Amino acid sequence: MTTHTATTPNATLEAPSKRRLPQEFSILLVLLGIAAFFEVLGWFLVGQSFLGNMSRLQIIILQVSVIGIIAVGVTQVIITGGIDLSSGSVVAMSAMVAATFAQDANWPKIIHPALVDLPWFVPLTVGLAVGAAAGFINGWLITKTRIPPFIATLGMMVSARGIARWYTDGSPVSGFTESFAMLGNGMGRWAPVVIFLVVAAVFHIVMRYTRFGKFTYAIGANPQAARVSGINIESHLIKVYMIAGLLAGLAAMVAIARIKTAQAGMGLMYELDAIAAAVIGGVSLSGGRGRITGTVIGALILGVMLSGFTFLRVDAYYQDIIKGAIIVVAVVVDMHRQNKRSKKT
Amino acid sequence: MVNASQLEEAPSKGAIAQAKPYEYVLEVVNARKEFPGVVALDNVSLRVRPGTVHALMGENGAGKSTLMKIIAGIYHPDAGEIRLRGEAVHLATPLAAQEAGIAMIHQELLLMNSMTVAENIWIRREPLNAFGLVDHAKMHRMTTELFERLNIQLDPDAEVSELSVANRQMVEIAKAVSFNSDVLIMDEPTSAITEKEVAHLFEIIRGLRERGIGIVYITHKMNELFEIADEFSVFRDGHYIATHPSSEVTRDDIIQMMVGREITQMFPKEEVELGDVVLSVKNLTLEGVFHDVSFDVRAGEILGLAGLVGSGRSNVAETLFGVTPATSGTIEINGKEVSIQTSHDAIKLGMAFLTEDRKETGCFLPLDIQENAQMAVIHDDFVKYGFVQEAKLEKVCREISQKLRIKTPNMHECIENLSGGNQQKVLIGRWLLTNPKILILDEPTRGIDVGAKAEIHSLITQLAHNGVAVIMISSEMPEVLGMSDRVLVMHEGRCTGILDRTDADQVAVMDLAAQ
Repeated sequence: MTTHTATTPNATLEAPSKRRLPQEFSILLVLLGIAAFFEVLGWFLVGQSFLGNMSRLQIIILQVSVIGIIAVGVTQVIITGGIDLSSGSVVAMSAMVAATFAQDANWPKIIHPALVDLPWFVPLTVGLAVGAAAGFINGWLITKTRIPPFIATLGMMVSARGIARWYTDGSPVSGFTESFAMLGNGMGRWAPVVIFLVVAAVFHIVMRYTRFGKFTYAIGANPQAARVSGINIESHLIKVYMIAGLLAGLAAMVAIARIKTAQAGMGLMYELDAIAAAVIGGVSLSGGRGRITGTVIGALILGVMLSGFTFLRVDAYYQDIIKGAIIVVAVVVDMHRQNKRSKKT
Repeated sequence: MVNASQLEEAPSKGAIAQAKPYEYVLEVVNARKEFPGVVALDNVSLRVRPGTVHALMGENGAGKSTLMKIIAGIYHPDAGEIRLRGEAVHLATPLAAQEAGIAMIHQELLLMNSMTVAENIWIRREPLNAFGLVDHAKMHRMTTELFERLNIQLDPDAEVSELSVANRQMVEIAKAVSFNSDVLIMDEPTSAITEKEVAHLFEIIRGLRERGIGIVYITHKMNELFEIADEFSVFRDGHYIATHPSSEVTRDDIIQMMVGREITQMFPKEEVELGDVVLSVKNLTLEGVFHDVSFDVRAGEILGLAGLVGSGRSNVAETLFGVTPATSGTIEINGKEVSIQTSHDAIKLGMAFLTEDRKETGCFLPLDIQENAQMAVIHDDFVKYGFVQEAKLEKVCREISQKLRIKTPNMHECIENLSGGNQQKVLIGRWLLTNPKILILDEPTRGIDVGAKAEIHSLITQLAHNGVAVIMISSEMPEVLGMSDRVLVMHEGRCTGILDRTDADQVAVMDLAAQ
């Protein structure tokens, strides 16, 4: 029962309607705070500027791009109230399969001699298709067998990694065509960043302004109400998981084009980084709440921290410990905020 | 070991502390509670005598629930005092309140669904054996004894998730009684149960009253007040209005006190010229749930669906709307047979369905008013190239919101922050946006205040006037009788009769519903 309903019919809520700043604002402040923290420590401990180094900033955002592309897909899955644990393995699987379509004829170690010197969009399409197929299977399992997303995507996580190893008997694939490598190094090496930002912008618009986005939020907010509102939950969920798989495939293409090699062990734990980015960015694991912009900032926070610790020469062990703590703190803060919201009513 | 007679004789905590006599078992004196931006309670008092049922009346937002939460130790008053058995107490937590002898049954039942009935009742107080492990046999016995005393027929080992809402209610009551409290607070205990179950509940309440327990009873239902309450207090907008013995006032007096304005007609039923048959259902069956349900509804007609909870009323509605497609039978709309496999099919055929449970199947709580209102209409309308036409929608949502008098500063307020009545109006708005020809309403006024109720009733009348065929399910007999042109009664998954408005009265309906 609310406490602020007036009796007279023409009255409005008595509580003043404060124009609340979007949650993303506070996350942005956290990002700036962390950057400032490293800047100050940098002057004291290392004697140089953290932010005043263009190549460092470029490396941060390049590293963030691959995780960020995955996180845009994972965010949508989480908004439906689900989870995708398979993205890291799907990256490896897409990478291995697509890489065999991307080799240059002059490379000494050719996997498929018939598939050399293909135009760049062939391996790209293959990579996206493999990712989307994995996503389709995830979505199909979740909607048709009704097993929890955690289990379905856990299964995919293990199997996709297996496929990635089996596909080339574990041997890495290198020697990509010049045109394919542009995906990772084109536009003055900014290609991954551009792809990431385009993907984020597109899905930001999709989530906020299209029917598809509205339905995604609706399913996460209340699946039963969504069904009664005429939403086909099964087909919608399959689409959302397919998008997540497709974006994992795209991230794989960007990653192998940039590092010029694909191996079955790549993408390890990427799914957790992507989930962490979303959660730090304010996406609620219970579904129905969260924005792409938050996830983008969340990914940047992870990237800045990683780079900052390296810059301060913090031992890698400590880095992981601190990263883990930050993820937990982010969720605690988020829960606290939600509690405060529901206490109001 | 505790046996039945011991339980029965177990003195209430009051009896132990009865050093000096007291007139009131519970007193709240000049309580004040503020939330950011709102004064929820302003100088409110309440005095409850032992061995009486004291009803709290007021519209949603009047402050009843806030007051109850203060008494139950969930909120702390900013000013004022709580006296228990004549002595001032400080109730820091719900646990402290419980230990002081105050038990509360919340409107939303707070049971652990995956645990058994017995485990729920004795949680935190489980009997232990010599090894310090839970003694399940003893717990079972204690539960059985408790149930015998209250005349409740339930299996102590049943999992709560398998019980009906009414039975869960009974478990809550048994649990509250098991504390041997002096004060028992019941927040709308009958909002989700049928007449027969209400009768049982009242029997239990009378038994508790005889044992000297002070019962605080929150309700929206006027007839219950006269049936069960000895005294009542009225609240309005966070203010205390008055306390009277319930034998000394009339229904109109109370409504007057509650709303501070006159509600001239409870059921603004209008005689409407009925049109052609819009919906015709023949032998509709959902195997194992309901069987061979047949009826027609005409344009402008309101068909009431009555029956006890569990009789299959809501299941018929869900099947009509494609939530659980029928296993056999036919549905005709405007004389044409149709197939309804999903809710989207139903929406396309001009149907709309306000579901029974606002929170479970209605609201998208994290989303704002407009997003909640538009969700059923953006399948085909208000969408261009997949983009939702927000500006256009905001305009129509605002119009609907004004028409329904939804109290909100704007369309982007989160629906979570609205009162129950206003949430319900938003959900009705969701379906009005689709311009339905057939409107199914499942408990359209459950748990909302008198004012909003009357507004929704006149809205339903107006829709019927405009030629909409309305099917209305309700557990409130006066509502069914007052609003319907005909009443279809169900019992255990079958239609036991259809009564005309002129033949339908409380007795006739109950006769068919209870068989």
